[in-house]
Amino acid sequence: MSKLGSLGARLYRGEVGYDFVAKRKIWYAISILITITAIVGLAVRGLNMGIEFKGGAVFTTDRTSVSAAKAEQLAEEASGHDAIVQKLGTGGLRIQVSSLDTQKANQVREQLATDLKVPYKEINTELVGPSWGEQIANKAWTGLGVFMVLVVIYLAIAFEWRMALAALIALIHDLTITVGIYALVGFEVTPGTVIGLLTILGYSLYDTVVVFDGLKESSKGITKQTRWTYGEIANRSLNGTLVRSINTTVVALLPVAGLLFIGGGFLGAGMLNDISLSLFVGLAAGAYSSIFIATPLVADLKERDPQMKALRKRVLAKRAQEAARAETAGADDAGRTGEEPGAEETDGAAAGAMVGQRRQPSRGRGRRR
Amino acid sequence: MAAPKKGRGPSGGQGRPGRTLALILIAMAALTGAMFWSGDTTPRLGIDLAGGTTITLKASPEPGQSQSAVNQTNMATAVGIIERRVNGLGVSEAEVQTQGEENIIVNIPKGVDEEQARKQVGTTAQLYFRPVLNVAGSEPAQPTPSGSPSPSGSASPSKSPAPGASAGGDKADPPAAGAPSPSTTAQGRPVPAGLQKAPSPKASPSTAPSGAPSAPTTPGATTPAPDAKLQQQFTALNCADDKQRGKVGKARPQDSVVACSKNSSGQWEKYLLGPAELNGKDVDDAKGVIDQQSGQWIVQMDFTNEGSKKFQKITSKLSQQPSPQNQFGIVLDGEVASAPYVRETLSARAQISGNFTQQSAQDLGNILSYGALPLTFREESVTTVTAALGGEQLRAGLIAGAIGLALVIIYLVAYYRGLALIAILSLLASAVLTYTLMSLLGPAIGFALNLPAVCGAIVAIGITADSFIVYFERIRDEIREGRTLRPAVERGWPRARRTILVSDFVSFLAAAVLFIVTVGKVQGFAFTLGLTTLLDVVVVFLFTKPLMTLLARTKFFGGGHPWSGLDPKRLGVKPPLRRSRRVSAPIDPKEA
Repeated sequence: MSKLGSLGARLYRGEVGYDFVAKRKIWYAISILITITAIVGLAVRGLNMGIEFKGGAVFTTDRTSVSAAKAEQLAEEASGHDAIVQKLGTGGLRIQVSSLDTQKANQVREQLATDLKVPYKEINTELVGPSWGEQIANKAWTGLGVFMVLVVIYLAIAFEWRMALAALIALIHDLTITVGIYALVGFEVTPGTVIGLLTILGYSLYDTVVVFDGLKESSKGITKQTRWTYGEIANRSLNGTLVRSINTTVVALLPVAGLLFIGGGFLGAGMLNDISLSLFVGLAAGAYSSIFIATPLVADLKERDPQMKALRKRVLAKRAQEAARAETAGADDAGRTGEEPGAEETDGAAAGAMVGQRRQPSRGRGRRR
Repeated sequence: MAAPKKGRGPSGGQGRPGRTLALILIAMAALTGAMFWSGDTTPRLGIDLAGGTTITLKASPEPGQSQSAVNQTNMATAVGIIERRVNGLGVSEAEVQTQGEENIIVNIPKGVDEEQARKQVGTTAQLYFRPVLNVAGSEPAQPTPSGSPSPSGSASPSKSPAPGASAGGDKADPPAAGAPSPSTTAQGRPVPAGLQKAPSPKASPSTAPSGAPSAPTTPGATTPAPDAKLQQQFTALNCADDKQRGKVGKARPQDSVVACSKNSSGQWEKYLLGPAELNGKDVDDAKGVIDQQSGQWIVQMDFTNEGSKKFQKITSKLSQQPSPQNQFGIVLDGEVASAPYVRETLSARAQISGNFTQQSAQDLGNILSYGALPLTFREESVTTVTAALGGEQLRAGLIAGAIGLALVIIYLVAYYRGLALIAILSLLASAVLTYTLMSLLGPAIGFALNLPAVCGAIVAIGITADSFIVYFERIRDEIREGRTLRPAVERGWPRARRTILVSDFVSFLAAAVLFIVTVGKVQGFAFTLGLTTLLDVVVVFLFTKPLMTLLARTKFFGGGHPWSGLDPKRLGVKPPLRRSRRVSAPIDPKEA
């Protein structure tokens, strides 16, 4: 049996459980650290915007004997910027060099003429304005804005506003980290990258919603019981969906990792590599944030709710009371006091209230059946 | 949630799993069959994967505009319009971008009809409705070597109040104006809008080919000669001459103009036209349709409210006129596309008839719907480009992707054992559906797969697999509670189903919003994401669930064979636990 399977079983039976919610401060701290690194990277290094955003020059020649790969190298040397070379049907080349102004473009053109061994006049230079990428990106941002508003509304209705807010924060967290990595690694940002980011957005929210769905289910009827606080229930639900989260992340990451590491090994840096890196980072961050950030955040927000505060008070009072009773009853099974009698009481009070305590409800159910 | 949800029950379509399964298998077979039948067995690739054609267009001002009209605003408008023309449904992956001050680059992926695209891209589509003042055969009336002044120059400011033959007719409008046209059928024979392609003017058929000078068919008296110069130009014009033809027809809308037209028998005629009464902006929507009466392709235009009013006015005026002044010329980019007679007051709708094929009618309809370009564009260059992502890179990428998928399968088998079979079959079903649909959508709506779309598809593997994983984990949870597989499969479903629907909805929402709001590449990506999300739901509901139900009946799975992935022992069910639970009540994770 795979380790995960038995881990799943133990998680399920509640034999092990990692307390995500209680240790949330650590995770918050880690996330804040990464986010700050990302922002600093963004501020210091900035994003390496592609030709579609920065503008640049496109050189075309009708024919040349130099290969595309060689030309790319030459163009990069001549200009000091990234170059993208395409072969043309005529046997010529189309060389895109980013962030060149007119003057610099002419120098590069002269250099290329010597390098490619074609007359200066036969190299056609066109300057690309930075408009296109902006147009695409602007519309993408508009789309992002509209989507965020809609999804927050949807989550607020389907779940509740706290979850919507937490999901949004987790989403921003993922996007910031990914963008930050882009800045730090210095990969070129193309419209394709923007799309990679949008993909992450879809996936990050998807993953968060799956986790929240489990949480919502677990916390149904929470006020009718006095055994657990909201934070504890959130934690149990997280542990319950943990195996699913791990499995899904592995399955989603494997193909991207293949693309990134194996494809990267084959090819060195390439367009596929750019995109798979953003996807890899984004997917990993998405999976991480739904467990370590989003859910603890919900718990934090929820614990501020007066109802939940009252619940917490009740739970704590009960525990103290039970502890006291257990003490008088003798300390024979000190390890489990505080839980066991409580369980019995709740059972008696409201059999169905054991919301989502999956290892638990079998008792209630078994009885009913 | 100890109790199953009321009303929902554990059902969720376990009724006839075999039938559901058969249904989706038939659908898959049908799609595959359709794919082979249509001959498009691979999805069309976008320009970044397959290469394509780059068209460079150079902008110049419309007649009557100054050079300063070539500015950012107009260029942006033009990009928007061209984008919509070549990318009507938003998934063809054509790219339209400005380059420098006055160029627009259009990238069209391989596989798109290049000729058609070029026509759509370059056509300005300035549409005017101008009253006909005079019509004649193609040859110049007298061989006057008049310097044939450019129309815009000649049309001078003699902007006499609309040469509309009946200036007074306006007010004297018959009550017909009160009866707007949509009553198309009630009007009987005349084609829906009551407009018919004018038969070629009497003068032309005989005179045109011969070249015999033909006097204008209408006595000059009734023609409110707009301008002697223009009249002269009209007389001198030879429409059969390409050069001359290229020069005429374009003028400021408020000026009168001469223009050429090809009649149904393929001969050139020339028109003297008054100032424009309506223009392309008054057209709300246009499409190529078959004319019920004649069985020919026409382009039907619906007007905006404003346009309807104007159209009503002009038609009521024109219908009072003698021939040929009861015609009006529908002038498209300087050429008279058709010049129907007006028999009664009309509004709301007009049509252009002529020698349309299905293709040309639909193209023109498309072009007119998206409006006229603010500038004139000339094709500067048309070049073929290779894929930005070289074939080598693509191949390596595919290999890498395949290795990644193999790893996914190994992982699933290691973890889920027998259940992995269901997961892999479901992924396969999803892949078949995605692939066939993409292949079929290529020719159908011009869908093209580009790199971002491939990314979307790769991420879709995760989202699709997640649905099974959510379901499997539910089933295993139920088994851990001591159920046998068959009830576990049914009880786990409603909860898994809800999770799947809720999360897929979010994913689909993202796709839908991006599709509506954005353009170009992003739109293509959003389409892929939306498609795969929908297919995920379809596959889980119609394939995974019924298959699971069926397999639960087998001995291998139902009996919890160690390799089925559903062995209660391996899942950690300890049978004695059930009975003696009180005693061995589980230990809670220590409270925080």
